Amino acid sequence: MAEENGLSQVFEITGKDFGRAGTISTKIKEILQEIGIDSAVIRRAAIAAYEAEMNIVMYAQRGTLTLTLTPTAIRLDVDDEGPGIEDIELAMQEGFSTATDEMREMGFGAGMGLPNIRKNSDEFAISSTPGKGTSIDVVLNLNQVAE
Amino acid sequence: MNRYYHSVKVDPTKCNGRMKCMRVCPTQAIRVRDGVASILEDKCIDCGECLTECPEGAIVALTDPVGELSKFKYTVAIPSPALYAQFGRQILPDEILAGLKDLGFSDTVDLAFLCGEVSFAIQEHLREYEGPKPIVSNACPTVVRLIQVKYPSLVDHISPIDIPRELAAREIKKAKAKEHGLDEREIGAFYITPCPVKMISIKQPAEKEKSYLDGAISITDIYGPLLSAMDGGKRKERSYRKALEDICILGIGWAIVGGICRTLRLKNSLAVSGLTEILEVFDDIERGKMRHIDFAEAYSCWQGCVGGSLTVENRYVSYNKILKLIETLEFEEIKACPDIREVRKRYAQKYFFRTGILEPRPLKPLDTDLARAIQKRKEKQEIFETLPQIDCGACGSPTCLTFAEDVVTGTAELSDCLVMVAQKSAGVSRKPASPPKIVELNPPDAKAKNKKVD
Ligand SMILES: Nc1ncnc2c1ncn2[C@@H]1O[C@H](COP(=O)(O)OP(=O)(O)OP(=O)(O)O)[C@@H](O)[C@H]1O
Ligand code: SF4
Ligand SMILES: [Mg+2]
Repeated sequence: MAEENGLSQVFEITGKDFGRAGTISTKIKEILQEIGIDSAVIRRAAIAAYEAEMNIVMYAQRGTLTLTLTPTAIRLDVDDEGPGIEDIELAMQEGFSTATDEMREMGFGAGMGLPNIRKNSDEFAISSTPGKGTSIDVVLNLNQVAE
Repeated sequence: MNRYYHSVKVDPTKCNGRMKCMRVCPTQAIRVRDGVASILEDKCIDCGECLTECPEGAIVALTDPVGELSKFKYTVAIPSPALYAQFGRQILPDEILAGLKDLGFSDTVDLAFLCGEVSFAIQEHLREYEGPKPIVSNACPTVVRLIQVKYPSLVDHISPIDIPRELAAREIKKAKAKEHGLDEREIGAFYITPCPVKMISIKQPAEKEKSYLDGAISITDIYGPLLSAMDGGKRKERSYRKALEDICILGIGWAIVGGICRTLRLKNSLAVSGLTEILEVFDDIERGKMRHIDFAEAYSCWQGCVGGSLTVENRYVSYNKILKLIETLEFEEIKACPDIREVRKRYAQKYFFRTGILEPRPLKPLDTDLARAIQKRKEKQEIFETLPQIDCGACGSPTCLTFAEDVVTGTAELSDCLVMVAQKSAGVSRKPASPPKIVELNPPDAKAKNKKVD
C-alpha cells in the first residue's frame, strides 16, 4: 500500500489493561468518520478493530494496531507479543474460547471475536507462532470510490 | 446558512469568553474566538450542557414566551410528565392541570396517559420485532440527534413508535377542531418542556416535515405563575385517593430514567442517563455486544427528564417523587392505564408509528474528496504531534486535537496556540517524529518525549 497518498497510524495496546480497552477502536472510528467513510463500512472496521484489540488485552502482553487508509481501502495490521495460538483452525471456530471465568463475567469469551473479524473484513489473514505472538491483517475495500 | 435549527444560542453581549461551555460540550461544538463563544451547528446536538454551565447566562434557550398563546383561538397545554415532579408530594397531576387552565389555556392534556399508550405500543412492537437490537427509545431528542451525528450506523435501532407529545398534539387538535367547529390551524398546542431541545424537535423534527406542536414553554418560565395559580384558592374538592386513581402508572414513568422499563416490566432492558454514560452504552451496542437486550432507554439528562436544564426542582428530589408515586400506585394496585385491547387495535392500524424516515446526519467530513480528506486527516495528526497536548483551551478550541483540526480547516492559526508560542521563544520545541510514524504512546513515554529539547 502506497503510504504517500494514504494515512498510517500506529496504536499501542497493553495486555490486561481493561480500563482502556476499547479506546483504540473508538479512535479509529472517529478518524474514519472525520474522513467521511460510509457508516456501514466504519461499523465493520470498528468491530474488527475492537475484537482484535480485545484479544490483545485479554490474551497477549502487548501489541500494536496499525491503521492504514488509502482512497481505496482500510487496512488494519494487528501484531502482538503473547502466547500465540496453537491451533488456528480451532480458534477460528465460532464458540471456541479459552477465556477465564473472570473474562466471561465481564461479558467476553463467547468465542465470536475472530469469526467476527473475518466476517466483517474483505480480506483476512491470521498467522501465529506459539510462544511468540499472533498477527492479523484485515482489509476493507472502499469500492464506492473505485467506480 | 441555517442548515440546522438549534435550541440554544450565545448572546455575545453577555459572553465574556470564560470557556466553561467549551469545556463541557460533549461533542466539542463550541469555539471561543476573540473572547466570544460560538456554536458549530453541525456538531451541536442540543443537549443543553452549555446552558447549565454558563455562569453569565449567556447561553439562551429559544423556548416560546407565554405570550405566543394569543396567536391562537384555542390553546392546549401539553405538559411533560416531568412537570408533575416539580411540586410537593401532595400536589398531584389533576391539580397541576387545573392550574394550567387557570393560567389561560383553553384545555390541557394529561400526557402521562398518552405515554402509557405509547408504552403499550412499544410492548406490542417488541413482541413482533425482528430487526437489530436493542431498540433505543426516541423519547429524548438529544439522544436521537446523538445517534444521527455520532452513531449513524445505529439509526435503525431508534424506536419507530412516535413520541407521545406528538401523538397528543395530533389527536387533541383533531378532537377540538371537531368539538368547537374550528380549523386545526386555529388550535395552538404547547408543550411544557423540561429542556430546550424539545424546541428543535418542534421547529425541525428529526424525521418529519412538521411537528404537530406549535411551541414549547419552559418549565422555569411557567413555574412561578403556575404555583400561584394553584394556590390561588379553589384547590379541587377531591380525595387524594381519587386523584391517584387518575394517574397512569405507565406514563408517569416517562419522567425518569428507567421508568418505561420498570412499569412495563421489561425483562431484557436497560436504562441509562447522562451523555458520558450513554456514549459507553452506544459504543457497546455498535460493537454488537448488546444484542441480547431488547429495549434501551436513554436520556441525555441525568435521572431522565426530571433532570432537564429547564426544570426547577432538584433532579434527585423530583426523581424520587416520581419513583415514590410509582411505588404507591403499585402498592395500591391502581392501574389507570389505557385499554390494552384498544392500543392493540390501533397499533395494528399503524396509529402509533411515526411518519417519515430518520436519516443519519454524520459530521461534515474534512473534505468531500476522499483522497483530500485523508490528506487533511494526516496533516491534522502531524500538527497535533507538534502541539503541547495539554488541552488547556487557551487557543479557543476545546482540545489540542480539535485545534489541529481547526488549523487544517482554516478556522484557526497555529500561532493561536499560546503555549507553543511561549515554548518557542524559550527554545523548547516538539518536532514531529520523522518520517511521520505516529505512535500512541503510554503516559511515561509521552512525558519523556515532552521533555525532549533540541
Ligand atoms: N491475540 C491472541 N493471542 C493468543 N490467543 C488468542 C488471541 N486471539 C485469540 N486467541 C485465542 O483464540 C480464542 C478465540 O478467540 P475469539 O476472539 O474468537 O473468542 P474469545 O476472545 O474467546 O471470545 P470473544 O471474542 O467472543 O469475547 C481465544 O479464546 C484465545 O484462546
Ligand atoms: S433527557 Fe429529557 S429533559 Fe433531558 S434533553 Fe432529553 S428529553 Fe430533554
Ligand atoms: Mg475475542
